Amino acid sequence: MPVLTIDGRKIETQPGKTIIEAALDNGISIPHFCWHPALSVAGNCRMCLVQVGSQKKNAEGQPETDGDGNPVIAWIPKLQIACATPVTDGMYVDTSGEKTTKATNAVMEFLLINHPLDCPICDEAGQCKLQEYAYRFSKGESRFDELKNHKDKRVQWGPEVMFDGERCISCSRCIRFAEEVAEQPVISFVQRGDHVTIETFEGTQFDSPYSMNVIELCPVGALTSIDFRFKARVWDMSFNDSICPGCSRGCNIQIGVRDNTILRLEPKTNPHVNQYWMCDAGRNTQYAWVNENRISGAWLRKGGTLQQSDWKESYSSFAASLKQFSGKDVMFILSGMATNEDAYLTQKLAAHIKSTNVVFIERNDASFGDTKLRSADRNANSNGMAALGIKSLAPTALASALQGVKAVVVVGDEIIRGNEEIASAVRSLAFVGALSFNHCQTTEAAHAVLATATYAESEGTFTNLNRRVQHFTPAIVTTENMRIMGMKMSRLDKFGAHNDRWTQGDKRDCKQSWRIVQGIANELGAGWLYKSSEDIFNEMALTLPAFKNMSYDMLDTYLGVALDKGHAPEPVGIIYESHTLKPN
Amino acid sequence: MNVTTNTESQRLNFWEKLYLPEIAKGMAATLLTMFKPSMTREYPEERWEPLGSYRGRPVLVMEEEGERCVACGLCSRVCPALAIEVQADETLERDKERFPKLFEINMLRCIYCGFCEEVCPEEAIVMSKDYDIVFHTQEEALFGKDKLLVPVARLQERLEFLRQYK
Repeated sequence: MPVLTIDGRKIETQPGKTIIEAALDNGISIPHFCWHPALSVAGNCRMCLVQVGSQKKNAEGQPETDGDGNPVIAWIPKLQIACATPVTDGMYVDTSGEKTTKATNAVMEFLLINHPLDCPICDEAGQCKLQEYAYRFSKGESRFDELKNHKDKRVQWGPEVMFDGERCISCSRCIRFAEEVAEQPVISFVQRGDHVTIETFEGTQFDSPYSMNVIELCPVGALTSIDFRFKARVWDMSFNDSICPGCSRGCNIQIGVRDNTILRLEPKTNPHVNQYWMCDAGRNTQYAWVNENRISGAWLRKGGTLQQSDWKESYSSFAASLKQFSGKDVMFILSGMATNEDAYLTQKLAAHIKSTNVVFIERNDASFGDTKLRSADRNANSNGMAALGIKSLAPTALASALQGVKAVVVVGDEIIRGNEEIASAVRSLAFVGALSFNHCQTTEAAHAVLATATYAESEGTFTNLNRRVQHFTPAIVTTENMRIMGMKMSRLDKFGAHNDRWTQGDKRDCKQSWRIVQGIANELGAGWLYKSSEDIFNEMALTLPAFKNMSYDMLDTYLGVALDKGHAPEPVGIIYESHTLKPN
Repeated sequence: MNVTTNTESQRLNFWEKLYLPEIAKGMAATLLTMFKPSMTREYPEERWEPLGSYRGRPVLVMEEEGERCVACGLCSRVCPALAIEVQADETLERDKERFPKLFEINMLRCIYCGFCEEVCPEEAIVMSKDYDIVFHTQEEALFGKDKLLVPVARLQERLEFLRQYK
């Protein structure tokens, strides 16, 4: 095991690691632009220059020390790049000395020569690596009086990514990403020297299903999201951790919210699930349905039309409807997006009314799956359902299954989806109770519609395709939760008054499914007293062997824990964040 | 024990103790002031025109091809009273790709500190000379782009004042 000394600190590391990796493993950050742990080493930004040396040896071959017993170090005359220099035993590295600081200053000055002063209109501003380093490592002055280079701005690389040539610092992160991770090598440097820019090859476009990852990967604002462009400044948004519900991978995400509206989703590092990435489909399709077309409040069908009523009345009416049927005539259909807690409590309600007919509908899409992150199973929580013993049902078998029952309770799913056969089966049922997010065909046919909270408004857990249970927290305010309840807040959320637009937003009257289920169950005499998702999860941890020893705190600490592994969670490892909004 | 010295009767001389000459002096002063230039004006018929250095309500500079503002939101960020709301949008028609789709200042919140003007990288928001801002409802106090945009010609004095201190 090589032992090296970085800034006077002795560090033991594995052979074959580079200085920057060894430093990162030990919490020392060496400034860098082009290096990224998931990509190959390019070594072209020169930001990670450090002084490297070893202890001098005297004529007898013994290590030399000065009068105080400190080692005398022979520094290599030229600085070395930490990202491409492998560690050796007895190496001395200096990352903060005069020589290194001078070199870092010079590199910053050089990178800023042709970088435009675009910050006020740049979407990256506020979480820009160049901005951050300009504050930390630059002198704040440029000696460059000449005209800056002009390059193409607003070049569309593909359907999702916009490129600004002037802002680019030619770190080649995007090129390496396209080649190594997205495996669509269509972008490359063209021209030379200060005229260097990046282009897509003629006749191609960068339209990989993972193309938008280059937006976060880019250390500057050269690559921006066409979907997000200019929607909001990052410091006006709050970012809360969540899990993408788009497929069973369960990519860790952050939900960017302003004005109580989701503006963007971005990946959050989880070395065990999605590394640093997420797919474009997840980013682009998993927020519009949270923002738009939402049901608010509780609705009961009276005389053929849905009429708004209060929650209490809806619960008792819902319960009264369920009472008319014997347990075996009631079917519970869970959404594949229902959390473990929702599913557990729905199952418990079914057991309470002596129904064993609890299912979730398979949502398989072979065209969506790939060998990277995207999974053909579009249900976010099918493994969680399986762990709870809930059976899956193919959409083709739904219509016949519905014919065998008299009442159905749909928890958070749209079951009709334009299928006439299912629609007529649903219409012939004596009672349809829908706990829904959006207005859809199911709510049109339902006798009672109760607005449920989406993943962005809920706290709960999903179990992903690798049976990893992951905890997520709400990002949006509803009548049920409040932003002060542990949610991260932007400045506007913190200081806004009640009559400000941004604190009002569109505050929906919806509840998490388990809370509605509990309301109905209590009308049926269950007498449940769950106060939060955590109460339910703690009960699951006690009663279900697969969830044994788990708790929300544990899931947060270990970034998710696999089922049956509550006694021995995997260690988290080092989480690398290239550049993020600070402070958040 | 309180000993009262320097009482009025000790301070005043004989003529002053009589009062009457003093009244005549006061009347004379009033009479003389009547012929001096007036220090008050009959607002609102007669209005005061402030200097360029005056910080009246913040306005947006309007140029020929539209507003100068690029909707960077720095004014909104720096505003200590959170009075400014900016929503940016993209345009392909103009040179500047970014413009404010919505720009609102809540004049009930504005404290006329001028930080927005100071932070603006485009000299697009400046303090004007308007000082009498009135409204009847809270909604009226939200000044949108229609009320905020002022032609650059009318703001010359302020812009020149700002340049002196650049």
